[in-house]
Amino acid sequence: MGKATKKVIVVGGGLAGLSCTMKLAEQGCTVDLVSLTKVKRSHSVCAQGGMNAAVNIKGEEDSPLIHAYDTIKGGDFLADQPPVVEMCLCAPKIIMMLDRLGCPFNRTAEGNIDFRRFGGTLYNRTAFCGASTGQQLLYALDEQVRRFEVQGLVKKHENHEFMRLVLDDQGVSRGIIIQDLLTLELHVMKADAVVMATGGNGMLFKYSTNSTFCTGAANGRLYLQGMKYANPEFIQIHPTAIPGKDKLRLISESIRGEEGRVWVYGDSSKTITTPEGKTIPCGKTGEPWYFLEELYPAIGNLVPRDIGSREVLRITEMGLGIDGKNQVYLDVRHLPEHIHHKLESVLDIYRKFTGEDPRKVPMKIFPGVHYTMGGGWVDFPAADDPDRWTRYRHMSNLQGCFNIGESDYLYHGANRLGANSLLSCIFSGLVAGKEVPRYLEHLTSSYAETSESAYQSALEKEAAFKKELFSRKGKENVHQLHEEMAERLVQHVTVKRTNTKLKETLEILKEIRERYQQITLGDAGKLLNQTYVFANQFKYMLEIAMAVTKGALLRDEFRGSHFKPEFPQRDDKNWLKKTIAMYDAAKDEPVISYEPVDTRHLKPIIRDYSKAKKVVPHLENIPENIALPI
Amino acid sequence: MQYTLKIYRGTPQKQYWEEFEFELMSGDNVISCLMYLQKYPVNKQGKTVTPVVWEQGCLEEVCGSCSMLINGKPRQACTAIIETIIKETGSSTITLAPFTKFPLIRDLVVDRSKLLEDLKRVSAWIDSDGSFMQGFGPKISQDKQEQMYVLSTCMSCACCSEACPQVNKDSEFIGPAPISQARLFNTHPTGAMKAPARLKALMKAGGVSECGNAQNCVQVCPKEIPLTESIAAMGRDVSKQAWKDFFSSPERE
Repeated sequence: MGKATKKVIVVGGGLAGLSCTMKLAEQGCTVDLVSLTKVKRSHSVCAQGGMNAAVNIKGEEDSPLIHAYDTIKGGDFLADQPPVVEMCLCAPKIIMMLDRLGCPFNRTAEGNIDFRRFGGTLYNRTAFCGASTGQQLLYALDEQVRRFEVQGLVKKHENHEFMRLVLDDQGVSRGIIIQDLLTLELHVMKADAVVMATGGNGMLFKYSTNSTFCTGAANGRLYLQGMKYANPEFIQIHPTAIPGKDKLRLISESIRGEEGRVWVYGDSSKTITTPEGKTIPCGKTGEPWYFLEELYPAIGNLVPRDIGSREVLRITEMGLGIDGKNQVYLDVRHLPEHIHHKLESVLDIYRKFTGEDPRKVPMKIFPGVHYTMGGGWVDFPAADDPDRWTRYRHMSNLQGCFNIGESDYLYHGANRLGANSLLSCIFSGLVAGKEVPRYLEHLTSSYAETSESAYQSALEKEAAFKKELFSRKGKENVHQLHEEMAERLVQHVTVKRTNTKLKETLEILKEIRERYQQITLGDAGKLLNQTYVFANQFKYMLEIAMAVTKGALLRDEFRGSHFKPEFPQRDDKNWLKKTIAMYDAAKDEPVISYEPVDTRHLKPIIRDYSKAKKVVPHLENIPENIALPI
Repeated sequence: MQYTLKIYRGTPQKQYWEEFEFELMSGDNVISCLMYLQKYPVNKQGKTVTPVVWEQGCLEEVCGSCSMLINGKPRQACTAIIETIIKETGSSTITLAPFTKFPLIRDLVVDRSKLLEDLKRVSAWIDSDGSFMQGFGPKISQDKQEQMYVLSTCMSCACCSEACPQVNKDSEFIGPAPISQARLFNTHPTGAMKAPARLKALMKAGGVSECGNAQNCVQVCPKEIPLTESIAAMGRDVSKQAWKDFFSSPERE
């Protein structure tokens, strides 16, 4: 028996992949970084609003544990609590690290990092860089990784796609198969650990705020190889997106953080029930009705995203939407010039893509698919668990294959709080950056000892699927199938779900899966054949869509982003548990089981945003031996 | 109303124009047209052809993927609203073509790796002590943050290089974006510690002195980065650095 090498593959170059790569390189690992695109173009660039860290520079007595409380409550108690607590404890350090890396955060008069308010909290704890915080954070990490590239510790393989994990006969990860997107050539890449950082799956819905790379296919491929996929049914719908023909563009929550107001024209002949059960009129006819402020006087326009989206849907279903459509106004006209300046880049996005100036006319917005809370299941032993040092954080159930960032499922439970995504991506990347070297130290053999046939058989499987896809000669069009799937999912598997429609959707997905066998590729070439690349991804997108739909169908309760009018309450007795989807080739649907949620720090309470007070929460059993990754 | 997308497609040495017709609908942009062609690639003659390939990503003009020449001008396709372009030009034909200053791969896709590689030439990063180091970075004034932020929004889309007459196959000119990045890191208090190294890189062949002051870059930059200001500032600093190098040795400083 030998020893493992320090060679690691990281798939994905967004915030999670880059922070992990940086951390690994810092510790002397050599990293092969695989990405569909130039890593600098990863989807993380789209995050506008900011990143949470309870640094408490505004004398509000904020603390990381209050941040953890807000995150756990925001996630409607579906998130395991130890990882949330550690992430929130680490957040101030992450801000400081990024500050030292040159990330241009907005500043206070004294030259300190400025913080503002975001959804789901009453504290100013969101650091930001203009209106492109994600872009700036990504660049700061991209620059560090470029530095390690020059030092020879990182090798980038951009324009390459992850196709398959290679496991040895003990079931240990020993490399991957990648495909060159320019030539469609397949290659073997060997290593002793693989970290997946492949983002969310917004493209299942076609119209989402995600970048076009975000198909979720990488996780889908692992799912077909036996990876547990957790909480698939939890998809965040952001209340304020701009409709578009090619994509939905986000209008950042920072608009509401800076007191932008959501409204529709009122109609006093109609009434609505408040969260406290009171019946109130829908404003005054012909006058702006600030419905979020009336329904949630304490938190107002800054309700968490799931609540915002549902209220927008409720209002528009009553016929109060703009022009009777599923649209409401988001208004910044009343805000002073210096706030307009602060929000300039967000307002510019609206102007650029709609041709209207939000300083003069209110923006028209509607709820759009935004974030994948679910993802690859990963382990996370707590600091004081007796088996902490025999398990590995962020490792999936496939040994040596880690999963981080939006493609994992930790931290956000049933709904993610605004400005927590950048944090969870970087934090999980750093955690994996510490855990992978520890895993490699304990691994008693290297990929050099893995039989060549393991690699060759993986390669052949991919080559065979490629050949088969090119040989399909039916009448179906894969892009048409994608549109049909997406339309169905958007309609029945987003803000509001009913069992009848979910069942129907599951059957339709099966039909699409059949029809997919009958596609013909419109491009038979090998050079940059985007049609083939998408057709290959679509197989896996379909399977993940099945998991999303079936997870939603079975969960008979209302929790976070998962809203079923037939079951209008959260049901902790039956459903305080995580959904685990597994693929079984012999069955035509995902196999669903459940795991308990770790609620050791905070017993579930009612998720109420109607009261106007800051609570000082008490989190129990916080270990004293927490060791943060930086 | 109908409009035509006239697309310069194909592979090196085998490029050709192909036309596609669309019915104008509000909200159309170049990307939504290309997405439609991906699904139904039928040209003006009614012939089914291979779908047009192009690069795309965020579609919000922050990733820099979808650069192309639209009516001859380098820009991002995601912000190219069809109705607006037709209004501006008065023509119902819009041309799409790949960039010309980078190796062509296929249709609208070129290899822009050089631009990202050039960031290495100017050490476009902070030489940090690593993630283990604790505490905040240096304080930065609001004015300086604003200046740095604008420079830092550069998404390496390469529009500036495409528009620059000095960037061509006979020159080594590094182009506007990396020079502006050097300025960004020289502005940062920690980055400034390595300023001489960046300036020395810009003294070499292909450096800042090869700018011909055509000012095209600043006109095409989608992020409105003051590129010519950056080039002027770096030009001055390079001269100062050259004098310093000439008259002093590092030991005497």
